[in-house]
Amino acid sequence: MEKKAPGPDALPPVLAGYQPLPGISDELLDPQGQIRPVWRGFVRHFAGLTPEDIGRRFARGDQYLRDAGVFFRQYGVGGGSTERAWPLSHIPVLIEEAEWDKIAQGLMQRADLLEQVMADLYGPNRLVADGHLPAALVAGNPEWLRPMVGVEPRGGHYLHFLAFEIGRGPDGTWWVLGDRAQAPSGAGFALENRVAVGRVFSDLYADAHVHRLAGFFRLFRDALQGLRADSDSRVGILTPGPLNETYFEHAYIARYLGFMLLQGEDLTVADGQLMVRTVAGLKPISVLWRRLDGAYADPLELEAQSRLGTPGMVSALRKGSATMVNAIGSGVLETRALLAFMPRIARALRDEPLILPNIATWWCGQAKERAHVQANPERMVISPALSTRQPFDDDAAAVQGNRVKPDELARWLAKDGANLVGQEAVTLSTTPAYVDGALTPRPMSLRVFVARTPSGWQVMPGGFARIGSTPDPKAIAMQRGGTAADVWIVSPKPVETASMLPAEGPYVRTQLSVLPSRAADNLYWLGRYVERTEGIMRLARSHHIRLVETGDATAPLLTAIAPLFKGQGIDPAEGIPKGLIATLGSAIGSAAQVRDRFSPDGWSALTDLDKTARRMAETVTAGDDAARAISALLRKLTGFSGLVHENMYRFTGWRFLELGRYIERAAGMAGVLATLADAEAPDGALDLAVEVGDSVMSHRRRFAVSSTRETVIDLLALDGSNPRAVMFQLDGIRAQVALLPGATQAGQLSDLSRAVLRAHTALATERPETLDSAAIWELRSTVWGLSDLLTETYLR
Amino acid sequence: MLYHIRLSITYDYDSPAMGGRHLLRLLPLDIPGEQEVTAPLLAISPRPTERGSFTDFFGNPTEEMALMSDHSKIVFTATARVNRSFAGPGDDVSGPLATLPAALAAWRELDGTSPHHFLHASPRIHPAAPMTDYARAAIKGARSVRGAVEALGMALHRDMTFDSRTTTVDTPPDEAFERRTGVCQDFAQVMIAALRGIGIPAGYVSGFLRTVPPPGKPRLEGADAMHAWVRAWCGPEAGWVEFDPTNACLVGADHIVVAYGRDYGDVAPVAGVLRISGKQKSKQAVDVIAL
Repeated sequence: MEKKAPGPDALPPVLAGYQPLPGISDELLDPQGQIRPVWRGFVRHFAGLTPEDIGRRFARGDQYLRDAGVFFRQYGVGGGSTERAWPLSHIPVLIEEAEWDKIAQGLMQRADLLEQVMADLYGPNRLVADGHLPAALVAGNPEWLRPMVGVEPRGGHYLHFLAFEIGRGPDGTWWVLGDRAQAPSGAGFALENRVAVGRVFSDLYADAHVHRLAGFFRLFRDALQGLRADSDSRVGILTPGPLNETYFEHAYIARYLGFMLLQGEDLTVADGQLMVRTVAGLKPISVLWRRLDGAYADPLELEAQSRLGTPGMVSALRKGSATMVNAIGSGVLETRALLAFMPRIARALRDEPLILPNIATWWCGQAKERAHVQANPERMVISPALSTRQPFDDDAAAVQGNRVKPDELARWLAKDGANLVGQEAVTLSTTPAYVDGALTPRPMSLRVFVARTPSGWQVMPGGFARIGSTPDPKAIAMQRGGTAADVWIVSPKPVETASMLPAEGPYVRTQLSVLPSRAADNLYWLGRYVERTEGIMRLARSHHIRLVETGDATAPLLTAIAPLFKGQGIDPAEGIPKGLIATLGSAIGSAAQVRDRFSPDGWSALTDLDKTARRMAETVTAGDDAARAISALLRKLTGFSGLVHENMYRFTGWRFLELGRYIERAAGMAGVLATLADAEAPDGALDLAVEVGDSVMSHRRRFAVSSTRETVIDLLALDGSNPRAVMFQLDGIRAQVALLPGATQAGQLSDLSRAVLRAHTALATERPETLDSAAIWELRSTVWGLSDLLTETYLR
Repeated sequence: MLYHIRLSITYDYDSPAMGGRHLLRLLPLDIPGEQEVTAPLLAISPRPTERGSFTDFFGNPTEEMALMSDHSKIVFTATARVNRSFAGPGDDVSGPLATLPAALAAWRELDGTSPHHFLHASPRIHPAAPMTDYARAAIKGARSVRGAVEALGMALHRDMTFDSRTTTVDTPPDEAFERRTGVCQDFAQVMIAALRGIGIPAGYVSGFLRTVPPPGKPRLEGADAMHAWVRAWCGPEAGWVEFDPTNACLVGADHIVVAYGRDYGDVAPVAGVLRISGKQKSKQAVDVIAL
């Protein structure tokens, strides 16, 4: 048979420049340069697209990721970090189902083996006693957490969710590059990549027999639900918080699976039981999917410096009150030097060889292995033995063996051998990436996820591919410019199109999750900060309008409102005051803590407002310029408020957000009235109050007279129909508080309900004539008192 | 030797603590054949909301307690009667220092008494070149591991000054070593760092000293509070040998063991997390009466 005969398989123009490197496997082309069968449909489809089509399609995927708020956190040299757009490589990696099944077999075996190793390391330590593993690698390992030794996992299993980094070697076989057992990330990103790439190739994807991912998540979700102690108990995802590299994913997965997203301080231990602090009191939780490094989970028994943990967590686990997914201490399985011993451990514990080999590794704490590394420096990367990083993530500490002079290498290995491993230099296969208008081979590794279910390990049919930014396989880390791609497992037959909904049975409206106190606190403060931002904007705009009219910053009216600015830490002379930006920043800080409870649209609206305000602050000057700029910002802010009002589900969290807004607005308006409707206030102050209260039209309509103290007080303090009036806020507070958990107990009002009712009645029975400035200041303190009581009752 | 022991530790908070959770290691350890404890009692005031106990990794009985209510003061009082029959390690049966690496490589146990846990850096004790160099110089001429341990302990006792004003509970050993001053905790941690630096597994021991010395002997330093010393693994034959660098002596009947660990963090008498905003003061009183 001729191999290069032109025919239906001749490379289309889009592949004209596609040239795999010699001696390296390629996913798309076989060693003869023919397109592999699994790729043929894709290539045919892609070859039919014009560059404009491709640009439009890619933009569709990117737009999805932006709208969904997918980002990753990039760490800079100075220790700071920024949120960067998600670097999607739009061309998926295609793998045949039959080949995938073999990979899956190997990974399931490896998952079982890791479970056995974990059980041994935190149990009898036979591997060390029998000489299969050196004691030093365990005892000197910071990931081996002594307090967890002897703590048997509730339900019998240490490991429930694992990831493996795999790559294809030059001979076409797959290798395990690293085991991820601590708190593997990437499953959520795999989902997002899938949605985005599904949009890029929407017409192709639908009928290309690509295995769907939802079924895997459904099984894992059901497995986690099944691990609960009882149906009252809950499942949570334990996150280190918004500053973590993969927090977006934690929030995304929590939303997708319907689990609570929790930080360490959301949890507490009472009578040996792990509990969530919620606005309805302590609620039991019995399953935690841990995305926090184990050592930080309990400052009492583990890392004492941790501010992310829950004191007493280890004690609760010791008593078997919760299942940790995975058990605390599983990070030890990621130890690089362990790879050197896995083939031997597989034979010792399972009496079978590894189905998928792992990257060849030699621990230099042993004489024979050390000699081997020393004799083969050109094939070796030498790096820290106890590192838990991926081979390609550790560039600073990893050294190519032949970059060191032979005598130096010998001295180094002799002196520090126990802390070093030699690993075969990684050679990865290449896969097409779209670079400068053409498909180009780029190195690739896959992250594959496996989850424990009642019927055994499930392997996600797909995964998360890292694609190198250059032909150098070391450059596939995203922190170094690598990109991420979707992975399509292609079946010869049509595939099941699963969704997250239960397969059968009558429809049941799912129980709403309880609201952790910390989330309620952040929503409350989000409401307060957003409202405070609006108040500052309205005040500042009025200031700048008056400044234009009078041209005098010391005019009596401007002097009269100065205390209102001072109280908020605002310098009104600035066009866009720094204090305004800071308040908005606080709002975003609060929102960032509750992104799982927040629509991506709302988040975009808020960050967009922030960006615009910061940009304006650089150029906008006091006076007319500032007044117009602030008006534009106010319109954007109203957009956010509208999204909240129109789209947010009326759950308990929404009530706290509303309460924050009511309380801030009530207190803000009281401050404005006490200052500007004071008997001593200068001429024009009453009109200014009406303007700041956005009630010019209402005043004109209700009172056919010019403003007097009584009309202004009536409209802005007492009129329950005016959404800016203090009375309106108290109506709102009263209504929302009545709907909070524990508002009445056995027919009796709670302290908070009682205080709200008292404040409401007091204002409702006031008259404009008697509500003087002193009384309004008093009203303001009453409102702050309600805030304190609310905090005390629900948010502590 | 029969002792009656009473320890009380009081914490005063400027502003009330909003609940707290503690691990306590305050009572003497029962060590078969060396130290027998009878009538141990640990009283806590105010009364904890929760209380329990477990044995930690290193074999120390550990009390855990939680106080849910606000409190501005908490008092721990431990009392026990101890029969300390251990009089000292006896003759030196340890081998030369050069034999230790092979002995360690052959040691395949990982239980709490295994030397492997005590050879590497631990959270509060990191070996550092100045202490390692000092140790190398101090043990010149020592013929055995135990000889080296004793030589190093004597040297540190000679070169470091006991002074309670220069260090705190969180002073790292290299700092205390640089200033050559500190209290028993610093003496112990410096010696441990130095021993690990030269490859000798070394751990931290918390405990008590008899308050009134035997007739004709000087009062030991550190008897008015909980004390700390060192234990070093001298090879498979000699096992663990305890040395008190503050008092320049091998540990015997005058020392009563409370807990073993890698450093202070493993044996802290009161470990724990408080939700507290203000300052706290603590005081300690110890009586170790020979009966």
